Amino acid sequence: MSATDATRTAPAATPAEQAAALRNVLATTPRPPRQSAVASILTFGWRGMLKIRHVPEQLIDVTITPVLFTLMFTYMFGGAIAGSTGDYLQFLLPGTLVMSVLFTTVYSGVALNTDMTKGVVDRFRSLPVWRPAPLVGSVVGDSARYLVAGTVVIAVGLILGFRPDAGVGGVLAAIALVVVFSFGLSWVFTTMGLLMRSPNAVMNTGFMVLFPLTFLSNTFVAPETLPSALEAFVDVNPISHLVSASRGLMAGSVDGSDIAVVLGVAAGLTAIFAPLTARLYRTRG
Amino acid sequence: MNSNDGHGLDGVSAGLAIEASGLVKAFGDTRAVDGVDLRVRRGAVYGVLGPNGAGKTTTIRMLATLLRPDGGSARVNGHDVVADSDAVRATVSLTGQLASVDEDLTGRENLILVARLLGLGRAESKQRADDLIDAFDLREAAGKLVKNYSGGMRRRLDIAASIVVTPELLFLDEPTTGLDPRSRNQVWDIIRALAGQGTTILLCTQYLDEADQLAGRIAVIDRGKVIAEGTPSQLKASVGSGLLHVRLLDPERRPEAAGLLERELGEPVRLEADPSALSVPSPDAERGAEAVAALAREGIAVGDFSRGQPSLDEVFLALTGHTAEEREREEDEDSDDREERAA
Repeated sequence: MSATDATRTAPAATPAEQAAALRNVLATTPRPPRQSAVASILTFGWRGMLKIRHVPEQLIDVTITPVLFTLMFTYMFGGAIAGSTGDYLQFLLPGTLVMSVLFTTVYSGVALNTDMTKGVVDRFRSLPVWRPAPLVGSVVGDSARYLVAGTVVIAVGLILGFRPDAGVGGVLAAIALVVVFSFGLSWVFTTMGLLMRSPNAVMNTGFMVLFPLTFLSNTFVAPETLPSALEAFVDVNPISHLVSASRGLMAGSVDGSDIAVVLGVAAGLTAIFAPLTARLYRTRG
Repeated sequence: MNSNDGHGLDGVSAGLAIEASGLVKAFGDTRAVDGVDLRVRRGAVYGVLGPNGAGKTTTIRMLATLLRPDGGSARVNGHDVVADSDAVRATVSLTGQLASVDEDLTGRENLILVARLLGLGRAESKQRADDLIDAFDLREAAGKLVKNYSGGMRRRLDIAASIVVTPELLFLDEPTTGLDPRSRNQVWDIIRALAGQGTTILLCTQYLDEADQLAGRIAVIDRGKVIAEGTPSQLKASVGSGLLHVRLLDPERRPEAAGLLERELGEPVRLEADPSALSVPSPDAERGAEAVAALAREGIAVGDFSRGQPSLDEVFLALTGHTAEEREREEDEDSDDREERAA
């Protein structure tokens, strides 16, 4: 770029009304009082909703995967495992609900990792809002995705002939419990999202953790049929408790201790990984 | 417009928007910022000039409380950037080097989002967003996703987002890098209008021209250190030469003119690609004018002449003994990426 004195002349004049509008918006706007933390979280949740509206494709993996899981396992293994696909569906569906929604939590970490490479994080971090609000807001917004995934699984199940004994109330309670657990679990992946280098690394590691955890549970088979060492692991796996609780809630025969374990683990994960995520978010870059 | 004359002589803290001393930030073995002192008077437009990787972005990020300094201290609008970072954020806005807007939202949604986060009500936020869209010439694009914006539109939206609520201090990190001349001029107009309203602006740039156009004082930064500070005129005077560009009416006489200019100014003459143009470093405007007059006395008809400002390269060469580009090539690989996206 040449910088001769000749270029010093004023740039092309903007229309007069443009200039007036500019002066107008520059007139000092009084600074409103600081937004409350809750309001900030909801605002960031709204941002998540807007993104889904603009890029609805991102819901595809959330909706297709559960349908595939349910169809595949019911019709491939149903006859072999439970004698009939209908009986197996009754057993399996709460498990696919858990599995589908839990897999969705990995995307919270992937999305955060992607966000961190964009300039918009600088904007958020330089605003006078409660600092973890962008994080909490997006995790809260992600709960909407969990709900979508959960609803799809239930809908597919009902079409295939799944009949929950506990009715609508039981199904809603099961979905609610799964969403609460997913909220806790998603903090693990947001932490990974801030520690890892690329969205792909987060995704691969996330699935590497989740696949064994969901398969080594009572999602697909009764633990009694397993070798004893494996059975011992399956019994302590929190995902087994989540699946049992969901089955129980939908069948109307829930064991309170399963719910207690699920809520306890969700609270524990949140207590450890939410502050860790917030700290990494604050100090990174 | 260049009336903002840096900080006053009193040095009273109350009059300073930025007061940084000995700021240090290291990434691994690289000291990206290595003892930066800055004093910026309230209401001033202050330029921070340097090549890529000099430490400009890291300095801004520390002042905007996005990075914690490893050493030194800084007060922004009277608040300590570490101990009182909440108070700092309540008085500043940042327009980062990567546009600080959400690409997956529309321009209007971006502005509403920021307005809501700053505490404006729902209706107020929409109104403010629409006013800003009108003023920044973004009406056509308001409903489109930002990822489809041109560079200039993105920059204007970015600055609009920074003034949803008027900040006391605005950080602008290379606001015109990569823009075409028309967009650059639009951004310059906006910056001038902001400065006219009394907003303090810290402007990081690689272009001496830009700093000269907009800033009342400039700090030149290299390898994490401030190596010169002053008004644009002082800076240019300390560098000395600018290039005298001469265009002859008769290209045939160029060799003759070259010889004469070389004798007059004692500097090597460069023959331009245009057969009637040549340029020569001239230490000051007066000697340049005399040299042109000498051409006229010899009967060599001059079609046009101008004296350019020294380029950033020349400033760097004069201040450091190496050019900005050499410096960049040297350290591009290691310190640069780390600074742009300090992770």
